[in-house]
Amino acid sequence: MKSVALASTALAALAAMVGAAQAEMSDNVVKIGVLNDRSGLYADLSGEGSVVAARMAVEDFGGKVGDANIEVVSADHQNKPDVGSSIAREWIDQDGVDVIVDVPTSSVALAVQQVTSEKDTAFLDSGAGSTALTNDQCAPTFVHWTYDTYAMSVGTGKAVVEQGGKSWFFLTADYAFGHQLEKDTSAVVKENGGEVLGSVNHPLSTSDFSSFLLQAQASGADVIGLANAGGDTTNAIKQANSFGIVQGGQKLAALLGFITDVDALGLDVAKGLTLTTGFYWDRTDETRKFADRFAEKMNGQKPTMVQAGVYSAVTHYLKAVDEIDDDGGEAVVTQMKKMPINDFFAENGKIREDGRMVHDMYLVEVKGPDESKGKWDYYNIVKTIPGDEAFQPLDKGSCKLVSN
Amino acid sequence: MQEILGVPAPLLFGQLLIGLINGSFYALLSLGLAVIFGVLNVINFAHGALYMMGAFVAWLLLHHLGIGYWPSLIVAPLIVGVFGIVIERTMLSRLYDLDHLYGLLLTFGLALIIEGTFINFYGVSGQPYAPPEILTGGHNLGFMFLPTYRAWVIVASLLVCLGTWLLVERTRLGAYLRAAVENRELVRAFGINVPLMMTLTYGFAVALAAFAGVLAAPVYTVSPIMGQHLIIVVFAIVVIGGLGSILGSILTGLGIGVVEGLTKTFYPEASSTVVFVIMAIVLILRPNGLFGRPRE
Repeated sequence: MKSVALASTALAALAAMVGAAQAEMSDNVVKIGVLNDRSGLYADLSGEGSVVAARMAVEDFGGKVGDANIEVVSADHQNKPDVGSSIAREWIDQDGVDVIVDVPTSSVALAVQQVTSEKDTAFLDSGAGSTALTNDQCAPTFVHWTYDTYAMSVGTGKAVVEQGGKSWFFLTADYAFGHQLEKDTSAVVKENGGEVLGSVNHPLSTSDFSSFLLQAQASGADVIGLANAGGDTTNAIKQANSFGIVQGGQKLAALLGFITDVDALGLDVAKGLTLTTGFYWDRTDETRKFADRFAEKMNGQKPTMVQAGVYSAVTHYLKAVDEIDDDGGEAVVTQMKKMPINDFFAENGKIREDGRMVHDMYLVEVKGPDESKGKWDYYNIVKTIPGDEAFQPLDKGSCKLVSN
Repeated sequence: MQEILGVPAPLLFGQLLIGLINGSFYALLSLGLAVIFGVLNVINFAHGALYMMGAFVAWLLLHHLGIGYWPSLIVAPLIVGVFGIVIERTMLSRLYDLDHLYGLLLTFGLALIIEGTFINFYGVSGQPYAPPEILTGGHNLGFMFLPTYRAWVIVASLLVCLGTWLLVERTRLGAYLRAAVENRELVRAFGINVPLMMTLTYGFAVALAAFAGVLAAPVYTVSPIMGQHLIIVVFAIVVIGGLGSILGSILTGLGIGVVEGLTKTFYPEASSTVVFVIMAIVLILRPNGLFGRPRE
């Protein structure tokens, strides 16, 4: 009897050791936490749609990585950095979340970045724009997937200067993202021979832009650059229209615009706007296929670049986890960096040392109401900006992970 | 160009005018809040959500029934006003004898439910709503370009504010209302149906909020979150003006619009907080607000 007990103990110990050596997967579940704005001004461009996109990615992957089940959880960070970082902490410490995705609002993303890098958890950002995430604040557990302020300024800023918009005045959302976008765009404008006449900082989620627009009008600049996003951008454009700013000869440049913003404005108001985007649903057969499936689950809404980016990021993450059988933050992200990305979102995309996912961006112009064939048929793609041109060159950045 | 405190004079005049336009919005909203507080003793935190509902009902009327702006200006406030009456009858009326806090919590909860419901169906990005043809375009005033629609907003809000003020201060019905504020039981003893009066007051004030919503629809995007930030500012205005004071809320609404406009010129970053700084100062110097009377 004794020997049986001894043998079974030994066997159990051996099994445990083998188990430990075989799978590094924590608690046999890969838990994906989609953290974003569910009720505020960015809820349509990310929000529920990003959760749906993450679920679609899991579904398409088969619901399992090896033996481990994949789960998706989600929460609302209310665009508040303290709320975002405490949810991230709780998710990682108590709920066993292995990867956090989306996180729009740069100030929240920067706060979450601190938590995930401290706790070796992967963080794949699709919704936030600040380039600080892959510069001073870069981390080995982080990937910036969809777009950033540099790509926006290179795309739209350069195009507008080339079209003759030499002098600029900025309306800037008064937080990390807005300031970074203004800074990056100012640099592009100056590099291309333009000048910046001034700027005004407006509080996040401003409903009335008339005072700010009046200042922009008085500056006499050729171009009014909107360094804001979501509802702030749509309100500013709509009101600029009623104050006769565009009719008066000044041009508006929405430095970050999403397809949901165009939808909210209506094509009458938005026509002719130039935007830079990382994804347009009506570009290839594959993008259309994804968009149709997405729209079925989202009351007909086509995916924004943020939501499509979430799908792409989660899929690539799961492939990497599958490859190395490990869900530790740095380990997976290191593996993700080794693998090229080829899906409907990115053709020959790659993740650089600093965590920047490099893929082509598209300069688009919003169609007029006569040209559009119906709801969500909004863009003409004017030009494809190759990834290496769209994103900040590696040697110009300040990420400590980049070997010089 | 002549400058005042480093700002070109035309720009400054423009900002003052913009401030007045925004102020007339504030006045219209804070008027409703003040009436509700004065008569029902309830701090109506659902006011922002009801304002949003006004705009949304106008959009729904246009979108589904093809009913345009002008009829909506009357129909939408009526519909939302009836909704307000239902709320008052089924929920608020049960709380009158309790502490203010209960009314505040109930209306706050209602605001979350109303906003949440609209977000669920329509998202937050908002829906486009064009102004009527006759009010498009604008006039060059020399110092600024004044959109015709904004000019109409000032006229419409001030007319409605004036009408409400006259109704409360100069009519028999208003006299009953004011008497009911002072002593509900005594007024009831005279055979006046006080509960009905309170129900109608709430319905009317809610309709005022909805009217402001319809006015706002062509200016802003019609979005479920359009009332969220406004309510806090409007609440501060009512406190500054003196809780329950009708004239106070109208004048303070206009004044705060102007102060905010000027702040946006001289120090834009503070434009969303300046109203609270003023509120703090006023509460320290005059705890009952600028036009308020001490309440027992």
